[in-house]
Amino acid sequence: MAETPKIELRDMHKHFGPKKVLNGINLTVEKGHSMVVIGGSGTGKSVMLKCILGLLHPTSGSVKVDGEEVTQFSEREREQVLKKFGMLFQSAALFDSLKVWENVAFALIQGENMPRAKARDIAIEKLAKVGLSADVGELNPAELSGGMQKRVGLARAIAHDPEIVFFDEPTTGLDPIMADVINQLIVDTVKDMGATALSITHDMASARKIADHMSMIYKGEIIWTGLAEEVDTCGNPYVDQFVHGRAEGPIQMEVLKA
Amino acid sequence: MNIFALVGRAVLIFLGEVGALSRFTMRAVRACFAPPIYLRLIGQQMLRIGYFSLPVVGLTAFFTGGVLALQIYIGGSRFNAEGFVANIVAIGITRELGPVIAGLMVAGRVSAAIAAEIGTMRVTEQIDALVTLSTNPFKYLVAPRIIAAVISMPLLVLIADIIGIFGGFVVGTQSLGFNPMVYIGNTVDFIETSDVTSGLIKSAVFGFIIALMGCYSGYRSMGGAQGVGRATTNAVVASSILILAANYLMTSIFFTS
Repeated sequence: MAETPKIELRDMHKHFGPKKVLNGINLTVEKGHSMVVIGGSGTGKSVMLKCILGLLHPTSGSVKVDGEEVTQFSEREREQVLKKFGMLFQSAALFDSLKVWENVAFALIQGENMPRAKARDIAIEKLAKVGLSADVGELNPAELSGGMQKRVGLARAIAHDPEIVFFDEPTTGLDPIMADVINQLIVDTVKDMGATALSITHDMASARKIADHMSMIYKGEIIWTGLAEEVDTCGNPYVDQFVHGRAEGPIQMEVLKA
Repeated sequence: MNIFALVGRAVLIFLGEVGALSRFTMRAVRACFAPPIYLRLIGQQMLRIGYFSLPVVGLTAFFTGGVLALQIYIGGSRFNAEGFVANIVAIGITRELGPVIAGLMVAGRVSAAIAAEIGTMRVTEQIDALVTLSTNPFKYLVAPRIIAAVISMPLLVLIADIIGIFGGFVVGTQSLGFNPMVYIGNTVDFIETSDVTSGLIKSAVFGFIIALMGCYSGYRSMGGAQGVGRATTNAVVASSILILAANYLMTSIFFTS
């Protein structure tokens, strides 16, 4: 018998008033896999992640985490489920009122009631994992560059050893070299922890590096799923256009022509 | 455009807003009483809401007491009642002006700051990040601010009362020619505990309004810098109006029965 998938989305819809953002998402992420969902801006990638985490409530459909239906969970039950998750936000979303190490140690101090001194040691250890020294821990997030903020965000996402890590556009806004550093860190940390990863991105270089499985989302639906190696040869015209970044093809950008 | 549609839409928006605020208030109040209670954060917020508002509130209270003494003297002299300056200053400050002026000043200072901070956290996904780190934003952000405001406001108003009465005393003795001992005597003889406590109860309610409206506006802000700006304005306007309305309501309950 196959193992229960870590995350299973069935026919998930999300509407904002008359605007239909997700139109029946079906997606399965197996344990230990690194799934990358590619797709253009405005296709519903971020909304999908937020629906899984419960930051948004899906209009209809099912979200299962470890085989457990989470859409009807109470606040308290959801807090328990969220302990399994770590997330790296697109803008890093560090708490600017706290020092860097307090950011990294946040889940340990608030969620697990760990004494501050011990949490601090773990935070410094996690910072070292993403290539930052202990004295960076004493700085405020505003004093860091974009790449360093992303690294701190990554350290914070993995500090409580989550089983599932989400990456929201991990390389957006970074130079190509820093982007590759972050990609490598993601690959290493996820492998290291044996965690399941779900990323969304429109950066193909990043997707190729992180993914072992890929899906493509278009107009609120998953239109293709397969192994990462197959993405170039899958024969799906939408995927093909996206992967090669061509303006001509079945995907029409809504740009008014003069 | 159909006039009924316009009116209907306005009513729907209004009812929606009332509903959202009620739900927010309920969640906020529940978060204030359910563990975990973050004492550290409450302390931090008390420092910001209470302690750092002291200069502003102290200065406004001083001048309010002073101007009150002046006007009562001028107005009272028409009926040969200028001797009552001390008594009326004491009542006016403790029952109404102390809490209301402190409330309005703190509304401008603190509810704006709360709305801006929480609004920025909202638009930069920091609130989402809190949730993913298994921390309830109501318990971590909203409850400490509300608890701190409800505790600090009465303390702040107690000080404002003293400084306000002192302002009246300074004007009374320095420019209106009252004897200091007589002025103090009149104040102490006339003022009753209920004058002070009614003002302190009011101020605790004002503290609740200030923190709640700051958090609510910030929490619901969206759309970047502009959204945060709008949230800040809304917080100050809404909390000021609610303070004045609640003040009228409480005065009519406390003093007309």
